Amino acid sequence: MKKRKRITLLAFALLSAGVIAACSSTNADESEKEETSQAAEPIMAVGSSAMQPLVEAAAQQYTKENPGSVISVQGGGSGTGLSKISEDAVDIGNSDIFAEEKEGVDAGSLVDHKVAVVGMGPVSHPETGVDDITTEELIGIFTGKIKNWKELGGIDQEIIVINRAKGSGTRATFEAFALQGKEPIDAQERDSSGTVRKIVSETPGAISYLAFSYFDETTTALQVNGVTPNRKNVESNEWEIWAYQHMYTNGEATGLAKELIDYILSDEIQETLLVEMDYLPVTGMKVERDAEGSIMKK
Amino acid sequence: MKGVQMMAKMMKEMEHPLYKKSGKIRTGRIGKWITFLSVALTAAITAAILFLVFSKGLATFITNDGSVKDFFTGTAWNPAEVNSFGKPIIGALPFLLGSLAVTGLSALISGPLAIGAAIFMSEIAPRGGKRIMQPVIELLVGIPSVVYGFIGLSAVVPFLRNMFPGSGFGIAAGTIVLSVMILPTVTSLALDAIQSVPRSLREASLALGSTRWQMICKVVLKTAKPGLMMAVIFGMARAFGEALAVQMVIGNASVIPHSLFEPASTVTSILTMGMGYTVMGQVENNALWSLALVLLIMSLIFTITVRVAGKGRVR
Repeated sequence: MKKRKRITLLAFALLSAGVIAACSSTNADESEKEETSQAAEPIMAVGSSAMQPLVEAAAQQYTKENPGSVISVQGGGSGTGLSKISEDAVDIGNSDIFAEEKEGVDAGSLVDHKVAVVGMGPVSHPETGVDDITTEELIGIFTGKIKNWKELGGIDQEIIVINRAKGSGTRATFEAFALQGKEPIDAQERDSSGTVRKIVSETPGAISYLAFSYFDETTTALQVNGVTPNRKNVESNEWEIWAYQHMYTNGEATGLAKELIDYILSDEIQETLLVEMDYLPVTGMKVERDAEGSIMKK
Repeated sequence: MKGVQMMAKMMKEMEHPLYKKSGKIRTGRIGKWITFLSVALTAAITAAILFLVFSKGLATFITNDGSVKDFFTGTAWNPAEVNSFGKPIIGALPFLLGSLAVTGLSALISGPLAIGAAIFMSEIAPRGGKRIMQPVIELLVGIPSVVYGFIGLSAVVPFLRNMFPGSGFGIAAGTIVLSVMILPTVTSLALDAIQSVPRSLREASLALGSTRWQMICKVVLKTAKPGLMMAVIFGMARAFGEALAVQMVIGNASVIPHSLFEPASTVTSILTMGMGYTVMGQVENNALWSLALVLLIMSLIFTITVRVAGKGRVR
């Protein structure tokens, strides 16, 4: 009997100590918040893994300048970002496609914030002997009509097509603007740009597509119809394979979510951090594209 | 008055140590509850997983009107779109064949190797064999599957590309990586099976004048056969469920390949590739759950086979 009493007492003491500690820590938080005064509710941004590094870096820089604000950034893919934001389960849904393009997502209540632009382009193994192709040739390759680099004036080497996974934002953009909506053949599929680059650089005859930020000397970035894939050509829409990076909010953005989006859209971030990380500033675009893909001059 | 006295006396007797509940009994009872709760929790978690996978996996056929026949015999996989009958295109045959092919082939390669290694360790050079083999096997077990995949990507695939036509990605590469991965599992289980053959059988066989090799072939292996089968089936179960390493080297093309050196795919590789790109509750997502259901059913089948094969095992 005595022993049990002692245990109960101990448990009670522990519990109350815990409660007191918890209380005092929230007190501390509150006082801290009062000090910084503008600190807001913690927010969560979820979605596109292509955007994750950008949003993470921006959030980090923002929290450094505004201590006390808590922003957590997670990946999970554009599909996850769009579905979570339409369920209102997160504060910001990151996506590299328009919400209207994703089935099963109610785009009605979502507000689109285009924070950056990503240019993409076809890349091939460096030793194919080809560095400029036409749109028709590109479609021919990805639909399986052109099977050898020889047919394009390159070396005698079989073409190996590498796709991204179905549902990937990069793949959707590439199909829409490089293949003009044509469905590519069933070929190898990879789930990340990093793997695509590695495989294209190591497999003779391989061709795939990557965002500009993944371009390097291990692969050849192909010109399409004589246009070089670079920032200037994307901004004038001469290079048509590009996509917006969207940050969706459910209803108008409020609080910290709004502040973060405004921060990313500010000239300070657009011209420095964004460019450093190989995204293209959305402010520099000379054209505007809507969800249907039609282009308007700004 | 007398009654009160009696009561007092009884109370006093009750305080005697013999009437007291022993602390040990209480500990025993607590222990019983804790173990019971652990079992109940495990069972509940299993039931919850089964329920989730079944309900989600069957949704493709019930709510999305997918055809079961298409699922097992169709060769086109594009769950986002519907065919001319208005049903989602969910032909999973290429993945099912791919999974079965890599599983079967890797069992064919690693089975004999593992049994050979186990015979060496237990019958031919028990001491030296164990001193060398045991650490090697333990080392192989400890390597994460992503490392196997990466080695496959950087060594096996280029090797196959140089030796055979094609890009090197395909069932052959997947088989080689998986064979190495399941080798330690099969070896240690085969070793168990061979060592559980009673010593008296070996002695009797030698006493009857058989050579060591005859003893191994005709007595030890025959007696250990159910256990060896079990070991191989366990290895196959691991191979069937392995996702990461296979996904890296098999190429993930949803077609039925014409050779072992053409890109193919397995159920797990399609499942892990597609997960991040689908929206919960959509056909694409449900179709992936259906693949998960197939995996679950296959692992149940493997478990049952192991049980059945283990029935005849000599202990």
